[in-house]
Amino acid sequence: MNETRPVPKAGSVPVEQVGSRAALIWLLLPLAVLVLAVAWLVTANPLSRFDNGAPPIENLTFERTILSEGRVDLLVRAGGSEPMTIAQVQVDGAYWQFVQEPAAPLRRGDTAWIRLSYPWVLGEAHAVQIVTNTGATFVHEIAVAVPTPVANVATFWSQMLLGAFVGIVPVAIGLMFYPALRGIGRGGMNFLLAMTVGLLVFLMIDAGGEAFELAGEAAAIFQGRVMVVLAACAAFLMLMAAGRRGGTPSGLTLATLIALGIGLHNLGEGLAIGAAFASGAAGLGTFLVLGFTIHNITEGIGIAAPILKVRPALWVFAALALLAGGPAVLGLWIGSLAYAPQWSALALAIGAGAILQVVVEVTSYLMKADGRGVVALSSWPVLSGLAFGVAFMYATAMLVKI
Amino acid sequence: MFEISDWLRTRLSRRMVLGAGLAAAGGSAVAAVGSAQEVAQPGYAGGKPHQGIAGSSHQSSHGSSHGAMMTVGDVDEARNGFDTLKMLTEWDTGTVSRLPDGRVLRTFKIDAIDKEIEIAPGVMFPAWTYNGRVPGPALRATEGERLRIVFRNFGSHPHSIHFHGIHSARMDGVPGAGVIDPGEEFVYEFDAKPFGCHFYHCHALPLKRHIHKGLYGLFVVDPDPERRPDQAHVARSRLLGTPENDEWQEFAMVMNAFDTNFDDENEVYAVNTVAHTYMKRPIPVRRDRPVRIYLVNAVEFDPINSFHLHGNFFDYYDHGTNLTPTLRTVDTITQCQAQRGILEFSFNEHEPGLYMFHAHQSEFAELGWMSFFDVKDAVA
Repeated sequence: MNETRPVPKAGSVPVEQVGSRAALIWLLLPLAVLVLAVAWLVTANPLSRFDNGAPPIENLTFERTILSEGRVDLLVRAGGSEPMTIAQVQVDGAYWQFVQEPAAPLRRGDTAWIRLSYPWVLGEAHAVQIVTNTGATFVHEIAVAVPTPVANVATFWSQMLLGAFVGIVPVAIGLMFYPALRGIGRGGMNFLLAMTVGLLVFLMIDAGGEAFELAGEAAAIFQGRVMVVLAACAAFLMLMAAGRRGGTPSGLTLATLIALGIGLHNLGEGLAIGAAFASGAAGLGTFLVLGFTIHNITEGIGIAAPILKVRPALWVFAALALLAGGPAVLGLWIGSLAYAPQWSALALAIGAGAILQVVVEVTSYLMKADGRGVVALSSWPVLSGLAFGVAFMYATAMLVKI
Repeated sequence: MFEISDWLRTRLSRRMVLGAGLAAAGGSAVAAVGSAQEVAQPGYAGGKPHQGIAGSSHQSSHGSSHGAMMTVGDVDEARNGFDTLKMLTEWDTGTVSRLPDGRVLRTFKIDAIDKEIEIAPGVMFPAWTYNGRVPGPALRATEGERLRIVFRNFGSHPHSIHFHGIHSARMDGVPGAGVIDPGEEFVYEFDAKPFGCHFYHCHALPLKRHIHKGLYGLFVVDPDPERRPDQAHVARSRLLGTPENDEWQEFAMVMNAFDTNFDDENEVYAVNTVAHTYMKRPIPVRRDRPVRIYLVNAVEFDPINSFHLHGNFFDYYDHGTNLTPTLRTVDTITQCQAQRGILEFSFNEHEPGLYMFHAHQSEFAELGWMSFFDVKDAVA
């Protein structure tokens, strides 16, 4: 016994060392092969026989357009296989003098400002066409020329007002139903929660669709569609993990999560609206703003549903309204001043992921609060609430879709 | 409380005020043109070729408070291997020998070469060329001579030279009669007739691609004064090398265009290939001597092209095949593809200055077909 005991001990230590050393080698070997492959590709150029004389692939995305008095400034992003050179710029089919900042050829992913002095006409359409040194052309339509909002107090104030009407006011109005809803029974409660799920599902589909649409406009380098899916999944999983730390969320926690999900959606919505106004794509009417207001009132009711039996302090309601509606203001500011399609797509994708998490949590809360579990989902109040939520959102969206 | 309708009203009024502001700015821009002129002619500021001509409204119609409607930068003429200013007066007269019967035999050598050329500053075009230039050499012969054109194809596609003139079917330069493969040679031979301002181009297929890639040029046949005794003086003034012809300032101009992205629409228009070249380097003209332009339209994809002269009128000889004008005192003519003619005019009565000429399709003008004559007093 005494003699045999040290043997496995003495033997086991080298085995571990050998094992870790072997692991290290197995880790380094593939990396070394990669380095060798890269070196061979670069030095020996074995792919030269694939060089069929075709010109390099060129790609240019217009990310921002800023119109100011007598000026047009465009932010472009290159996505070519080799650095691209912008040789000339046509505006409305005429060569026009321009300045590129910075002036160097654009490598893949690089951005540059194209600055033009041009007498654009208010409310009319213009087209800018960039001609590269290979003669390839990239067109950018300015559908309706309007001056781009500039960052000043007046702009911030008017956009805040618009954001408030689109985001905060309807949520606040929805929350004001709180006292009236407090006395409702189980059926009414189930109806409200199911309605919340319905409206959230509508918002999720809406946000996802818009995210994909915007992703299509973004430079290829961002791989918009994949980015949207990944961002939505990440947002969903992270919020699920965070929300479930203290068990299945209910009450105020659940209301906060609903407000957060709606807030993220409103951020994306605000970005899109801000960008639409900045680009002149949408004219603003009272009808449109009222449409948004009515469209979003159910959001407040949805937030109020899980806290009907909690009786929180008054400031909590204000905070929830701000959390859900405030991002619309933020989105408008950012969207009209610094817009790029990929960021709006990202915000909307995160919003869609967040809303999915809230849909899951509200559903499980509904089942738990009802006490009947899955059976509750097929009850009459739940099904009618779900249908009402989706139908109401769809019908009111008709007021605002352009 | 700020009502949404109030907000909309303020927004609306701001919009209207802004519109009015723009209109006002437009007005002041018009008023400011005079002052802006001095600085706003880019690429031309270095040496103003004219002195003391205030109030010429064309000095800078391209420059205004809103910048200049012009390409940016300059074309590398040395890399191109041809200079658009020299091209105007460069005639290829070939080499001359005598046939046994005493007639003049004029031999031209033309090679088809693939070459990348700069057609607007920084914009390269993979051209097919005759003798490395677009347009090809401006050939010049005299009525009645025997012409021999030795054509070699160093390009990557079959090519030919199809002359607009009188010749046999065998010499027509169409598939089966003078379209040759890369590496081959063909000799076109025919008499120089009729006299006039003519055109040659590649007639290999597909036609559109072979023409717009750059295979075309001027082919001028001067009248023989001995054959036109009743109009000998006029004929002599057209015959290169005579003292009468020396009086004239003759320019070879080929109106052409380039489809850089191959979508069957041209991105660049010009006279003699380079967009805006004679805006940036106006063509010097002495006002005491008459001007004669040999003009042809080689533009592909667009049905017609035109030539409009500012502040002056000209006589026009369609195809140049007559010694009396087909149109008198006009300031604009149109040409379909391959149509050509001779323009004659004088600035003798004019004050010196920059006189514009351009296509009067504004689209072509704004995409590069825009030029200046720089009319000067005779320099001592």
